[in-house]
Amino acid sequence: MSEKSRNERAQGLRDRLNNELQRMSLDMCVKCTICETACPVSAVNPLFSGPKFVGPQGERFRDDEPVDHSVDYCSSCGTCSVVCPQGVNVAELNSLARAVMKAEDGVPVRDRMITQTTLMGKAMTPIAPIANAVLDNKLARYAMEKVVGVHRDAPMPTARTQSLHSWLKKRPKPTKQPTRGALVYFHGCAGGYFEVEAAKKAIEVLEFIGYEVLVPEQGCCGLAEQSNGLFEQASASVRKLVKQLRTAGTDLTIISTAGSCTGMLKHEAHQILGIHDEELLDVGTRIREISEFLMELYEADELPTDFQPIEMRMPYHAPCQLKSQGIGTPAADLMRLIPGLEVLDSGATCCGIAGTYGLKKEKYETAQAVGKPLFDMVKENTDGLAACDTETCRWQIEKSSGVKTIHPIVLVHQAYGLGQATA
Amino acid sequence: MKRLETDVVVIGGGSTGLGVVRDAAMRGYRAVLLERVDLGQGTTGRFHGLLHSGGRYVVSDPGSATECAEENAILRRIQADAVEDTGGFFVTLAGDDPAYADQFLEGAKATGVPAVEIPVAEALRREPRLDPRIQRAIEVQDGSVDGWQLVWGAARSAMNHGAKVLTYHRVTKIEREGDRVSAVMCRDEKNGEDVQIDCSFVLNCAGPWAGQIATMAGADPVAVIPGRGIMVAMNHRLVNTVINRCVYPTDGDILVPVHTVSVIGTTDVHETDPDHLPIPRAEVQQMLDAGEAMIPGFRKARALHAWSGSRPLIKDDRVSVEDTRHMSRGMAVIDHSKRDGLKGMLTIGGGKLTTYRLMAEHIVDAMNDQLGENRPCTTAEEPVPGSEDRKLYTVTHRLGEREEDRLDDPIICECELMSRSMFVELLHEQPNATLDDLRRQLRLGMGPCQGGFCAARAAGLACSEQVADSERATGLLRLFLKHRWIGIWPILYGQQVRQTALDHWIFAGTLDVEHLPQPEEEIVR
Repeated sequence: MSEKSRNERAQGLRDRLNNELQRMSLDMCVKCTICETACPVSAVNPLFSGPKFVGPQGERFRDDEPVDHSVDYCSSCGTCSVVCPQGVNVAELNSLARAVMKAEDGVPVRDRMITQTTLMGKAMTPIAPIANAVLDNKLARYAMEKVVGVHRDAPMPTARTQSLHSWLKKRPKPTKQPTRGALVYFHGCAGGYFEVEAAKKAIEVLEFIGYEVLVPEQGCCGLAEQSNGLFEQASASVRKLVKQLRTAGTDLTIISTAGSCTGMLKHEAHQILGIHDEELLDVGTRIREISEFLMELYEADELPTDFQPIEMRMPYHAPCQLKSQGIGTPAADLMRLIPGLEVLDSGATCCGIAGTYGLKKEKYETAQAVGKPLFDMVKENTDGLAACDTETCRWQIEKSSGVKTIHPIVLVHQAYGLGQATA
Repeated sequence: MKRLETDVVVIGGGSTGLGVVRDAAMRGYRAVLLERVDLGQGTTGRFHGLLHSGGRYVVSDPGSATECAEENAILRRIQADAVEDTGGFFVTLAGDDPAYADQFLEGAKATGVPAVEIPVAEALRREPRLDPRIQRAIEVQDGSVDGWQLVWGAARSAMNHGAKVLTYHRVTKIEREGDRVSAVMCRDEKNGEDVQIDCSFVLNCAGPWAGQIATMAGADPVAVIPGRGIMVAMNHRLVNTVINRCVYPTDGDILVPVHTVSVIGTTDVHETDPDHLPIPRAEVQQMLDAGEAMIPGFRKARALHAWSGSRPLIKDDRVSVEDTRHMSRGMAVIDHSKRDGLKGMLTIGGGKLTTYRLMAEHIVDAMNDQLGENRPCTTAEEPVPGSEDRKLYTVTHRLGEREEDRLDDPIICECELMSRSMFVELLHEQPNATLDDLRRQLRLGMGPCQGGFCAARAAGLACSEQVADSERATGLLRLFLKHRWIGIWPILYGQQVRQTALDHWIFAGTLDVEHLPQPEEEIVR
């Protein structure tokens, strides 16, 4: 990329940061330090000066060329914005500052690669056994760390032999007639290619309770690109996804099992990428986390609750990007409706992975240290399974604790007596 | 009584006095500067931080405009560490007369002030917070300047050239022998000692207090009319370019990004006592309205602090006493030998911070004339200590520096990113300083929390570094908070109310600062 276009891009982002609400929100900061006490990264890595320092504090000193590269230690987990009692958009400020820095300094090839989640899924599905063997191979991972910069021990998704859409095409048509109308299902890249089981079960649960489930072709939401500072690519991705989701209907509720991607559509694309399109706002207000949706039904007395018991302890981790949606922890509430299931909240802030952060060789140790209390909690309290709403967090927990980690909908699926038991 | 002997005593530790003592010392005079409090505590520290391009005066005061343009370029050369190259715009707002911009451009051409009209779209692209309805925009070479860095740079330069700079020395009398000045009597306010300084010349650079000083020498009163103006600092840089309203000079026509804040100013009201300058609520509202006119949403942004400063205007019989804005901003040197038959004393008034070096040159030239000396001025070439590398200040400086040392050096003032070693170093260099004195040089407590978090840390360091005992440290802390409060209460609305409440809980609730042991006599300096 030429120097000029790089500078122009950085300047464009800087202008945006200077003149948008995020920067104005630093006026709300009273320096109370609550964000710093909650930040999972600065707690384990002194190289990160903490969200107040790099956020509302550092921002007052920024202009033109970035001078504080340590902002890149921020994992974008968003905990700071959630805990701020004054309404400072701390994480959003940091994301923008990092984007400016990366536009100025250039983005490593590694960060461009690991953000291509749909591409990875498309490429790996046809050669799933080989892809999985390679990702399991120590030597291959060593080479990958050296060449690309993805840590050899970082969690990797498992490729599946069949994508969700291929299953949808081949499965027999649902025999039960829908009684409650149609929903649009958003599965995210992971649901489409890697977490196919969870996605299938989500569809089956929704159909079981009487909905017609529409699954339009859909690409990536761009979250990984955004958190790596690739704002232009991220904006293009999310705009395309919004268009795709709207092809299935413009007044239907959209149900998602991809927790982080839901957050992207609900608020991050708007607040961080600065996209104010009507279409995005429309999708953002129609989309629901699947547990959030089922609990809305429950509260309206419209959810069948004749669940079969599942007798086991279930450590549950509410991921950061779910917490930042401000919807409470509907998955925990939902699982607690299942008789016998003892849901144990992890109480942990973050698992450390934060999308792609914990994959990077220079961030891996930090990510592991962030997640350690969670991994220990899961190990101590498990009867063989743990639950979490977001994919990369599940991979991280599973890899680092050795405990199989599933989407909560899998348990609901089993409790409705649909298909084979997982638990 | 202590006795000193020198060639020239300079009275007043503002920019003019420091410029003069530096100039005199560089011309080989033995010089002593006397300041009754700390450097830059009067007018010099109480402006909006604008390094004038000259644009403000191209129509109203062409002489000043040319001087500003020339001095602006010189200060960038010799005091780079005090100057930021922000650039400036003169913008015609929606309701303003667009024809004034033509007058402006003509005036700029005639006075040698660099000015180029740029497309409105270009101005809006560079400062998107500007009111999109602006009609015209002219780019000028404004900058922002830290008055305290400026005077301390000049002070260090003067001291390197052999001058003495005595702060907290209050002049009590100017002695004469026959028709000549012979000595200046003063009191060291820190230890109560009287000091006599024998000298052959006195340069009165006391700004708004110059009238009082002249009287001490038995001269006829000099009519210095303090023209008071208020300024309001906003929590962050709402703009990165100086924004001037392209109209004939009026109230609230300048918004300056300086350090981490942006300052809107100012008003112009005739006062009688420069020691008691109010910050009237109505004027605060007037400034917020003026800000809103340039930057829509200005009123919703967070105001941090307000202050009042006083221009040392010399009365000009041609304008009424109430109309201080249109008194001469140009400098005026009063020769007391002609006026009062008193040899060896000159008083200087008027002028502006941007032209402080030139004012010094003029008054020292006038002294040369009276003494029959021919010693040329050399102040325009040599950089002051700290500016040898001629690198202009940038707002990112401290963030970059802390990025380097943050793991080894704790940060004491988080808002302004002042490290522990910055504070401790200056504390030992100036052990008699109050926290406010250190603040002016370090920006301690000048950010959003206004001392809420850093003031107690600073007082604690004064104690643990054995510069103050615990009682004095408490007294210093209380004094600091009291002074911060003067500038906080006039703008207590919006976000700053919440900050102030939190600060109050910390100091009154957690630290019980009202009841900590402190010296019987309240610490005031």
